[in-house]
Amino acid sequence: MVSTHILSAYDEELKYLNRRISEMGGLAEQMCGDAVRALVNSDTALAQKIISDDVILDHAEREIQDKAIVTIAKRQPMAADLREIIGTLRIAADLERVGDLGKNTAKRVIAVQGTGVPRKLARGLEHLSELALVQLKDVLDVFSSRSAEKAEIIRQRDEEIDAMYTSLFRELLTYMMEDPRNITSCTHLLFCAKNIERIGDHATNIAETIYYIKTGAQLEGERPKDDTANTVGALVE
Amino acid sequence: MNMMSEAAVEKALDKKMNDMSYKMIGNDVSVYYGEKRALFDVNLNVRENTVTALIGPSGCGKSTFLRTLNRMNDTIEGCRVTGKITLDNDDIYDKEIDVVELRARVGMVFQKPNPFPKSIYENIAYGPRIHGLAKNKADMDQIVEASLQRAGLWTEVKDRLHEGGTGLSGGQQQRLCIARAVAVSPEVILMDEPCSALDPIATAKVEELIHELRANYTIVIVTHSMQQAARVSQRTAMFHLGQLVEENDTDKMFTNPDDQRTQDYIMGRFG
Repeated sequence: MVSTHILSAYDEELKYLNRRISEMGGLAEQMCGDAVRALVNSDTALAQKIISDDVILDHAEREIQDKAIVTIAKRQPMAADLREIIGTLRIAADLERVGDLGKNTAKRVIAVQGTGVPRKLARGLEHLSELALVQLKDVLDVFSSRSAEKAEIIRQRDEEIDAMYTSLFRELLTYMMEDPRNITSCTHLLFCAKNIERIGDHATNIAETIYYIKTGAQLEGERPKDDTANTVGALVE
Repeated sequence: MNMMSEAAVEKALDKKMNDMSYKMIGNDVSVYYGEKRALFDVNLNVRENTVTALIGPSGCGKSTFLRTLNRMNDTIEGCRVTGKITLDNDDIYDKEIDVVELRARVGMVFQKPNPFPKSIYENIAYGPRIHGLAKNKADMDQIVEASLQRAGLWTEVKDRLHEGGTGLSGGQQQRLCIARAVAVSPEVILMDEPCSALDPIATAKVEELIHELRANYTIVIVTHSMQQAARVSQRTAMFHLGQLVEENDTDKMFTNPDDQRTQDYIMGRFG
């Protein structure tokens, strides 16, 4: 930030919101990474921890909301400050959703516990989650650096995750066709894959919000998409 | 009942604002108070049926600019204005121009409500009388009622028109002053911090009034309250150190201004 407010308490409030977003981001990132690890290793204890951590994330989002609303009421923010606070609200909502997706994946650890996850699929899921977590981590770094250019680059990168998800989708479909007994666990894994793919979407949303905070302009146009899973079924028929 | 919805009226006015030629044009306007230069080559145009807000820190020249628009600066000794200001393409600093006539066309409302120490009725009737706008008593009654209606004060004062104007509350006094300005059928109304001496409720009433007056008048308002500028105006001009920094759509100005100085000022930061 170039200059500070005449009212130093105002700066403190904005700093507080920033800090809480970073904390939420760190926790959400950890939850999602752990969820995939728990899934691959059938680690139900870790899964339980993730489920209980989600409460912290939900609580943090509510605190950010309350604080942001009080700040708006008290300071009547204008221009970049206004965009900053509105952006904070949006990012907090995205991160809360990311936490939910991690939690949902953790819940499925218990469901697939009996059958385990085939090695090849596990690698696929791990790779997908690496991509999504890199997106999330990078977008949180951009939140600190406030680089509009980098935000735009991250938005473009979501394509890779979509492509990976589509290929996992095909693979799971193949397993299910091979042996109907795989259907239960594969359906759970399919939901897990979708959860991870959605994390990438939220990272993209956050990138768009950062771009808006920084420039005051909305990123126009459809972002690149390579998620063709919606039409994969058509190929099977 | 009006056939057009509120939103439709707004839209029509906005369209008019964008289509219309300028009501007043300020070209390279500079103002000197003796040796001291207060305004530096300001080029600012005022659109018709539009509320234009002038903002900026104290001493930035916004009130000075406002006063050039109806030659109020003429009354200040040692004040000199250069450049050109036109009202409907007529140079208002032309020697042929009758200043009294000009100020009837470009009315003014001041920071502190300043009703004449006369009755409410006489406060309104004074202007129309000296300008010969009313042929008889019935005519004058009509002008007084219409002006008070326009200023949203009629229902509050209609039973005590002959009581003193100074006996009204601050907010009512300010609306009386607006009614007085409206009584001579001006085309442009200048307001110099019209709400700074009023409480929030009286302020809201004046702001509502400004909003309604826009349909019939062109309004230029100087305000220290950024929120007020954001609420009442369609265009905003930012002054700093005697210069016009930025003039823009109000919506743009308060969400994403172009100039860093505007940004710092409206966000309450050190420049």
